Amino acid sequence: MENYLDNSATTRVCPEAAQAALSVMTDIYGNPSAVHSSGVKAKNVLENSRRTLADALSVDASEIYFSHSGTLANNTAIFGAAALRRKMGNRIITTKLEHPSVMRCMDSLEEQGFQIVRLSPGKNGAFEPEELLNAINKNTILVSVMLVNNEIGAINPVELISRAVKRVSAPALIHVDAIQAFGKMKVKPSKTGIDLLTVSGHKIHAPKGVGALYVRKGLGIKPTVLGGGQEGNLFSGTEALPAIAGFAEAVKALPDISRQYETTKNLRDYTLSMLKDIPQVVINSPSDALPNIINMSVMGIPSQVLINYLSERGIYISAGSACKKGHRSDVLTAIGLPPKVIDSAVRVSFSRYTTKEEAEIFVSAIKDAVNNIRTKI
Amino acid sequence: MKEIILLKDGEIALKGLNRSTFEDMLIKNIKERISSLGEFSYRKAQSTIVVTPENEDIDLDEAVSRIGKVFGTVGIARAAVCEKDIDIIRQTAYDYLKDDLMFAKTFKVTAKRADKNFPLKSPEICDEVGGYLLSKIRGLKVDVHNPEVTVAVEVRDNGVYIHGKQLPGAGGMPTGTAGRACLLISGGIDSPVAGYMIAKRGVRLTAVHFASPPYTSELAEMKVHELLGKVSMYSGRINLFTVPFTEIQEAIRDYCPEEMFTVTMRRIMMKLSSRIAEWQGAEALITGESLGQVASQTIHALKCTDECATLPVFRPCIGMDKNEIVIISRKIDTFDISIRPYEDCCTVFTPRHPRTRPTPKYAREVEAMIPDLDKMMDKAFEGAVLKIIEAYKS
Repeated sequence: MENYLDNSATTRVCPEAAQAALSVMTDIYGNPSAVHSSGVKAKNVLENSRRTLADALSVDASEIYFSHSGTLANNTAIFGAAALRRKMGNRIITTKLEHPSVMRCMDSLEEQGFQIVRLSPGKNGAFEPEELLNAINKNTILVSVMLVNNEIGAINPVELISRAVKRVSAPALIHVDAIQAFGKMKVKPSKTGIDLLTVSGHKIHAPKGVGALYVRKGLGIKPTVLGGGQEGNLFSGTEALPAIAGFAEAVKALPDISRQYETTKNLRDYTLSMLKDIPQVVINSPSDALPNIINMSVMGIPSQVLINYLSERGIYISAGSACKKGHRSDVLTAIGLPPKVIDSAVRVSFSRYTTKEEAEIFVSAIKDAVNNIRTKI
Repeated sequence: MKEIILLKDGEIALKGLNRSTFEDMLIKNIKERISSLGEFSYRKAQSTIVVTPENEDIDLDEAVSRIGKVFGTVGIARAAVCEKDIDIIRQTAYDYLKDDLMFAKTFKVTAKRADKNFPLKSPEICDEVGGYLLSKIRGLKVDVHNPEVTVAVEVRDNGVYIHGKQLPGAGGMPTGTAGRACLLISGGIDSPVAGYMIAKRGVRLTAVHFASPPYTSELAEMKVHELLGKVSMYSGRINLFTVPFTEIQEAIRDYCPEEMFTVTMRRIMMKLSSRIAEWQGAEALITGESLGQVASQTIHALKCTDECATLPVFRPCIGMDKNEIVIISRKIDTFDISIRPYEDCCTVFTPRHPRTRPTPKYAREVEAMIPDLDKMMDKAFEGAVLKIIEAYKS
């Protein structure tokens, strides 16, 4: 039996989303930009999907732009914001724990002459508010921080950023990468002074190939991809309508967020209580992390070996982030873990479909692994 | 316009009475590689093999690219076929090669008159064709010493072949004319190159890969499949045996001194590979070892592992530097696959300080420390899984 515990990498598409995608692919397959009635039908699906997502984020539909991936949305947000504000200052603040789709953009802006300040995480993996206050000044044009870290699940206090920006009257725009958070905790950008916010479909049981960017009304950021001008000229290229329709259905299918949060938290705590009995297990996620993500190390077993071992048993987990292979995790290094712990770190990530039994099977497989695998010479 | 492919024999032409056996094997190998593209007919003629497509919609570019990797030819050319009439020859040469000639500054014409009944002699053919091309294409000049384009006209019994540039063939001897050998493949850069080099001399390949899950991953095995897929474009079909090796590696870890891990592992691999090789009817083993590259490839370590092989061990990379091996791996397109970062059997339980000068006597003593090794080896041998790797068939 398959025991998929890699839901932060991607998720299985839920039936509602799959059905919606199929119906767009086979029935409502027109190009939303076309003026005939097939195109108009498709346009309706697109706009309804936009409204669904906007409602979930408590924003206006005109503030939602569908992109072809979370990565593209992050790139557009960061480069777009930097271009828009470049005459007002030169300083950009981010953290050391960002996803590569943010981190690499920051590296690129640094090469272009921007001054990038990367906040160090505190013990719990989140940035320290004092550090932000120290870093921010009148010259700051952008603050980009992820809401939930994809490797350890640490939650950043992003709601404090706008207060820090106002305090020094900085021209800074605020971007939040909410890809891991969306659907699992409340995300309300307009209430917390966020100007730009990224989400992605395939992390919440929608098909791959769709993300979205919330852009506060009137902001007018510039695109990074040029073409036919779709999605308010921000994401040119024919809309991935099957994935977009699936995204909307997946959003509709989300359970009540606070109740699901509690359920997942109980499952996480239950799993942790079972793992406590295994002395080789070290938990790397902070205790106040998003309960969907447990980052842990089984000391003495390199990540890849444990993944292979579990994979043979139909249990699927990943080493840190699935997005980059063969490197020691920047995130785990940044939260100060020793190399020995990092080399054994794996990430287990739950979805709302994960059961107690699956967690039990996982823990018992970890026990087997500890008894059977020895790589130490 | 009818087009054919002309192949020039390499070393085969030097063979005596065996020559037709070699040529038949070459044709068989070519057939194997291109039959999925459509129907072809084959004819041997004066150290040339003529491959004629029998349907119109055959992708000749792909056929030439595939044939270019078959061992046993030194040159390949696509040629137009026409009747033995000088007016038609001139016109065909122009039609067939005008795209090349229009963008060239200089050219020459060569002619070969194998059919002595043709009324014009070779120099006269050159004059006729060359003069016609000069009159048709502006700015083109003759340069007999260093032309950009050579127009070759071959008047043969069956018709006239006209071709431009000849591409280099894969060289070597037709695979299957020199027996079978068994390649030990890990997934690194060297072993695919070693397999390619020995196959080039006419040898068919069996391959042995040692897998140690969970220490090695599924991806490491897929990598080996892909590497051999590339090699099989040259060597033809490869029988790959994947041997379950976890139990033996764990036993080495548990019972042997750390400094001897790798040598002991290599000795057991040699023994198991020899068994598979003999069972497959192979006459030799092939490894990618390069002298002194790592601790298990010192002259002393090789002495320890070599004695475990019951067949000759071919090590074509033995005197090569890494960068020389890399050049070949890039040529056969295995490099980018080889450098993917997955653990393979050779990197599991790597000792911190391996012994670089082990003696065979000590190596035998260390090996004897593993209880039930013979039983475990039987189990590994019997557990080996066969997968047939064949290029262009997936």
